[in-house]
Amino acid sequence: MPRLKTIEDLKKLREEAQRDIKVRVETGTTITVGMGTCGIAAGARETMHAILKELKKREIEAHVTTVGCIGMCVKEPLVDIEQAGKPRITYGNVMPDMVPRLIEEHLINGRVVQEWAVGRLPTKE
Amino acid sequence: MRELSLHILDALENSIEAGATRIELFIEEDLKKDILKIAIKDNGRGMSEGFARRVLDPFVTTRTTRHVGLGLPLFAAAAQRCNGDLQVQSEPGVGTTVTATFQRSHIDRAPLGDMATTLMAVMLSKRPVDIYYKHSVNGRTFELDTAEMRNELDPIPLSHPRVRQWLESMLAEGLASLQRHAP
Repeated sequence: MPRLKTIEDLKKLREEAQRDIKVRVETGTTITVGMGTCGIAAGARETMHAILKELKKREIEAHVTTVGCIGMCVKEPLVDIEQAGKPRITYGNVMPDMVPRLIEEHLINGRVVQEWAVGRLPTKE
Repeated sequence: MRELSLHILDALENSIEAGATRIELFIEEDLKKDILKIAIKDNGRGMSEGFARRVLDPFVTTRTTRHVGLGLPLFAAAAQRCNGDLQVQSEPGVGTTVTATFQRSHIDRAPLGDMATTLMAVMLSKRPVDIYYKHSVNGRTFELDTAEMRNELDPIPLSHPRVRQWLESMLAEGLASLQRHAP
């Protein structure tokens, strides 16, 4: 891609994003995917890909980030969903085909998918 | 692993775990010389000479969450299966470079695979790291540098949903333009 076009694109994106970033950082949703060796070997990259695809399809504006190994390798791919004002939920063994239901239940309907959840952290103060 | 891009992602994660703030990733495909070369250079904390020598042993790892480090030994085995090899150069406090070469046409060579998602996984990393990526196929080149992007975007993070979608389409476009020229 030509460098100039890239810079122009980025400038435009920056302006657009700046208008609403404050709201999103404070109230948004963050989805975190474990991307250590264990996660990668278990298919975490494909899980992340499925999450990006599903968010795009449903036009949900959530942050997606990756982290390293947290030591629960047997439960990889691990996916963590954090929403302002709600407990942070960790889901285990999340395969790409589980992602549409996860997004629908947790993000759209606001219900934790109990049978896939492996951890819960209380709401951040 | 089924794709070289998964080995690459694993090596990139090693760099991030080693505290790298900048990683340079070079992929060079030369169809005439029949070589595929992958180099990952980071500015992480590096390893002592002794440790760098032993790092291809699967029973050596720095992690405390378990006692087996499989990433690099698997990557090395993949290269060796294809008349290639894997070298690790490292200096404490300076960084580490991992270089893997493959006979490109070798029947056992795994496909490069989904480099776009591998790069996305690093660009979306929670830990602050920049990546410079240069991929050439027979002299045609695609490159990007997240440090430059961050400069233009500041203070908007790369993980911002709209930036992320732009990154995805930019990667898809850039990588596709390379592949059109590789059989």
